[in-house]
Amino acid sequence: MGIRTWIDSWPVYRQLTGSDPLGRGAAAKSAHSERLTPRVATADRVVKSVCPYCAVGCGQNVYVQDERVTQIEGDPDSPVSRGRLCPKGAASLQLTTGDARERQVLHRRPYATEWEPLDLGTAMDMIADRVIEARRAGWQWTVDETRTRRTLGIASLGGATLDNEENYLIKKLFTALGAIQLENQARV
Amino acid sequence: MAECHPVGFQWVMEAKARGAKLIHVDPRFTRTSALADVHVPLRAGTDIAFLGGIVHYVLEQDKYFREYVVAYTNAPLILREDFHDTEDLGGVFSGLDAANRTYDTGSWQYEGGAGAPARDETLTHPRCVLQVLKRHFARYTPELVEEVCGVPRGLFRQVCELVTENSGCDPTTAFAYAVGWTQHTVGVQYIRAAAVLQTLLGNIGRPGGGILALRGHASIQGSTDIPTLYNLLPGYIPMPDARRHPDLAAFVEAGTAPKGYWGNMRAYMVSLLKAYWGAAARADNDFCFDYLPRLTGSHSAYETALAQLDGVCKGYVLFGENPAVGNADAKVMRLGMANLDWLVVRDFSLIESATWWKDGPEIETGELRCADIRTEVFFLPAAAHTEKDGSFTNTQRLLQWHHQAVEPPGDARSDLWFTYHLGRLVRERLAGSTDEMDRPMLDLAWDYPTKGGLAEPDAEAVLAEINGHDAEGAPLSSYEQLKPDGSTTCGCWIYCGVYADGVNQAARRRPGREQDWVAAEWAWAWPANRRILYNRASADPRGRPWSTRKALVWWDPDKGEWSGYDVPDIKRDKAPDHRPPEDATGPAALSGTDPFIMQADGKAALYVPTGLADGPLPAHYEPQDSPFPNLLYHQQRNPVRQLLPSLPDNRYQPSGDEPGAEVFPYVATTYRLTEHHTAGGMSRWQPYLAELQPEFFCEVSPGLAAERGLEHTGWATIVSARAVIEARVLVTDRMTPLTVQGRRLHQVGLPYHWGPNGYSTGDAANELLHLSLDPNVHIQESKAFAVDIRPGRRPRGPASVALVRAYRRRAGIDEHTGTEP
Repeated sequence: MGIRTWIDSWPVYRQLTGSDPLGRGAAAKSAHSERLTPRVATADRVVKSVCPYCAVGCGQNVYVQDERVTQIEGDPDSPVSRGRLCPKGAASLQLTTGDARERQVLHRRPYATEWEPLDLGTAMDMIADRVIEARRAGWQWTVDETRTRRTLGIASLGGATLDNEENYLIKKLFTALGAIQLENQARV
Repeated sequence: MAECHPVGFQWVMEAKARGAKLIHVDPRFTRTSALADVHVPLRAGTDIAFLGGIVHYVLEQDKYFREYVVAYTNAPLILREDFHDTEDLGGVFSGLDAANRTYDTGSWQYEGGAGAPARDETLTHPRCVLQVLKRHFARYTPELVEEVCGVPRGLFRQVCELVTENSGCDPTTAFAYAVGWTQHTVGVQYIRAAAVLQTLLGNIGRPGGGILALRGHASIQGSTDIPTLYNLLPGYIPMPDARRHPDLAAFVEAGTAPKGYWGNMRAYMVSLLKAYWGAAARADNDFCFDYLPRLTGSHSAYETALAQLDGVCKGYVLFGENPAVGNADAKVMRLGMANLDWLVVRDFSLIESATWWKDGPEIETGELRCADIRTEVFFLPAAAHTEKDGSFTNTQRLLQWHHQAVEPPGDARSDLWFTYHLGRLVRERLAGSTDEMDRPMLDLAWDYPTKGGLAEPDAEAVLAEINGHDAEGAPLSSYEQLKPDGSTTCGCWIYCGVYADGVNQAARRRPGREQDWVAAEWAWAWPANRRILYNRASADPRGRPWSTRKALVWWDPDKGEWSGYDVPDIKRDKAPDHRPPEDATGPAALSGTDPFIMQADGKAALYVPTGLADGPLPAHYEPQDSPFPNLLYHQQRNPVRQLLPSLPDNRYQPSGDEPGAEVFPYVATTYRLTEHHTAGGMSRWQPYLAELQPEFFCEVSPGLAAERGLEHTGWATIVSARAVIEARVLVTDRMTPLTVQGRRLHQVGLPYHWGPNGYSTGDAANELLHLSLDPNVHIQESKAFAVDIRPGRRPRGPASVALVRAYRRRAGIDEHTGTEP
């Protein structure tokens, strides 16, 4: 290291002679912080997304590295949000990658006092069987001699946090099953 | 808005920086109040009196926008002689059937009928809508507003002046409400009151105007447009009613307006049936209309809970919703789930709706025992928005596509995956069935391409079905192309165009800074990528903008078409002086001066002859549970409010002058905080958010704290006729005591995000609520009710149930209390 480099590496010198007299930026950089990069800098790709919380619809940039989401930030391109996120939107990384998320199907048998793990495929088969049974049990061809062609045996609640495409399939499937008791947060 | 939609609030701040005045009306002082020019605390549940007071001011001072009102509203129409207003009948309208809680709307109609109503362009006929309005709101004076709402008349006058000074040819005023306005037994009439005011002021269909619902979920608008709701099909087509709609012809006839875009009901409906049942839907079988299940009444989530208690509803699927703490009268919701055969919970974490059977409040009180609960529960982890493709519709009707970034972990799957594969498995099991019951499932168009190792359905293929296509399979670009003969399919007519040219228009992301202020190339707004609805009204009857500064769309006589920044809400070549032939129907019957194209007369409704259950005009009624009598009318409560059965856990309270009302002397209201989301399923498990708001609390004024011995950061017990809960106490000047009807009123603020699970915990405010609903849309009254509050923690175990019972006894409450018409 030459003298010049050595002097230049001294923060107080840089603070007094450089463009950062308050020592809050370039002057304060150490060799260590010089080498630091934001975690988004090494992302493999940036995926365009939308905040999942309220209905303002702020744009999000989702940073992916090694097939893992590493950061979620506001999208400056969005004319809705201009890059901003609120505390909830800024916590989207925890929402999507936090360890509070369950990753396994759980099953509680009738009268049981604890959960048991269950295979996803088995769970889907069991649910399909139960949908058919409850649908038949609650079937009403008529009510007061008027044709209704419906079932009150099954119901669903939810949709306000889902995608339009998901709501579309839910409404279509349940309607074909004859179920009418579909509701979501819009009326709660 | 700064609390719950902070990023949207930046635009309010931009407007303020350009000179706009900001008024915040809210019982509590919030981050919005801190930035407002005027904060107006009022008694929760009195907004119709408040808005009605502004209407009164506008009419009395002749501040309405006369040219707009005459040209674009029903103000000149004359009512029938047998219509009687609340002023004539002690607070109810003519046609009330009190015993059955319904109105016969015959007398609410126009003289001469809807087809050829009598008119008075001078607006002086005593029975014309404008004069009826004047009489209806005559007693909504500043003095009355002060007595009912607790808003001093000087402050109220300031609001009236600001609103009217900032409305007219050039300035516009916007009203923004969070959906708390809808959560009242008169919720729809709250919105109507704002609509009457904004229409009188000419603030609809114009930039900077409108009544803007600030909705609280990423796609709650979308789940209303493409409804997971019992009474609607996609695009606001009603679900068929068993008695009124025996076949497609009857359904179409009942839903077809003589004029405007509901004139094309058959095209929308047939195209939807084609999307549902594909080749099986043919003209000779009514396009499978008979496959649709029919309604015989209301089937909201609250009636569904009752059906669960009755044992009729046996299976329940929850998609990202948490009724065990998020619905009103949460106990009834849990008891309903405890009587199911099976429950499927799809969510990120083990929310209260998944675990009530082992650790819910009824286990603690001993009312339920885990080993006695029969319900089989499946918890299926859900994929996050970063793990799936799809579109959200935001609160301004903007469909924005989010792209999948990574695969979901473990067993987590999208709801698209769950629903598609559930349907596939059910269809496999029913294959070969000859039971007529199963035909709709077997004939269902359910072939969606899947991709990847998880067999995830292609969301864009579903979007393409929603958009619709012609007989050759080419994507449609507009609902104008839909046909009534089965040659087009469309899963949601108002979304037609979102996949125009086979391109996902919702995924468009031209940066905002590269566009004008409308930013039409960012995503796609329904309908037709139109950003401001009814924007024909932004120009005068001759098609010229009301002002240069507020120009949005205008008639270009040289080109012979409408031009402007936004997509015009009128056919491009329909000249302002166009008058339709007498025999025209549907959209063709709209003239060049009919901006309100979804209305059967093309005009904004200051008065609503058809379509509302509880009156053609808003009238102030007290909330179901209120410490005050109704000063305006003899009628205390909305006479046709929807009451659910008065179950032991859904008792109503005495109100006003009724004996026992003094047991619940404080008004309470629920609301959200910046740092949490709805019932907490997406925020109480996030360490950052839990740290910012670690537990449930209530907000009370120093006056109330002194009156009841409540200590800051100590505990309070809050009681209603339904439940008792406890909360940490926040003593703050942000809760302003009001003077109402000569007495000091304290209000209790209750953020409602909590439950016992997650990192940030507490009791659920929704435990306190009753099931008394708006009769039009069946939404519960969660924003204004009456409670008692006392210091200390609530009792545990059976003592908690005993405390609520003791309160009921003291207030003399039985199954009849509060149920009068």
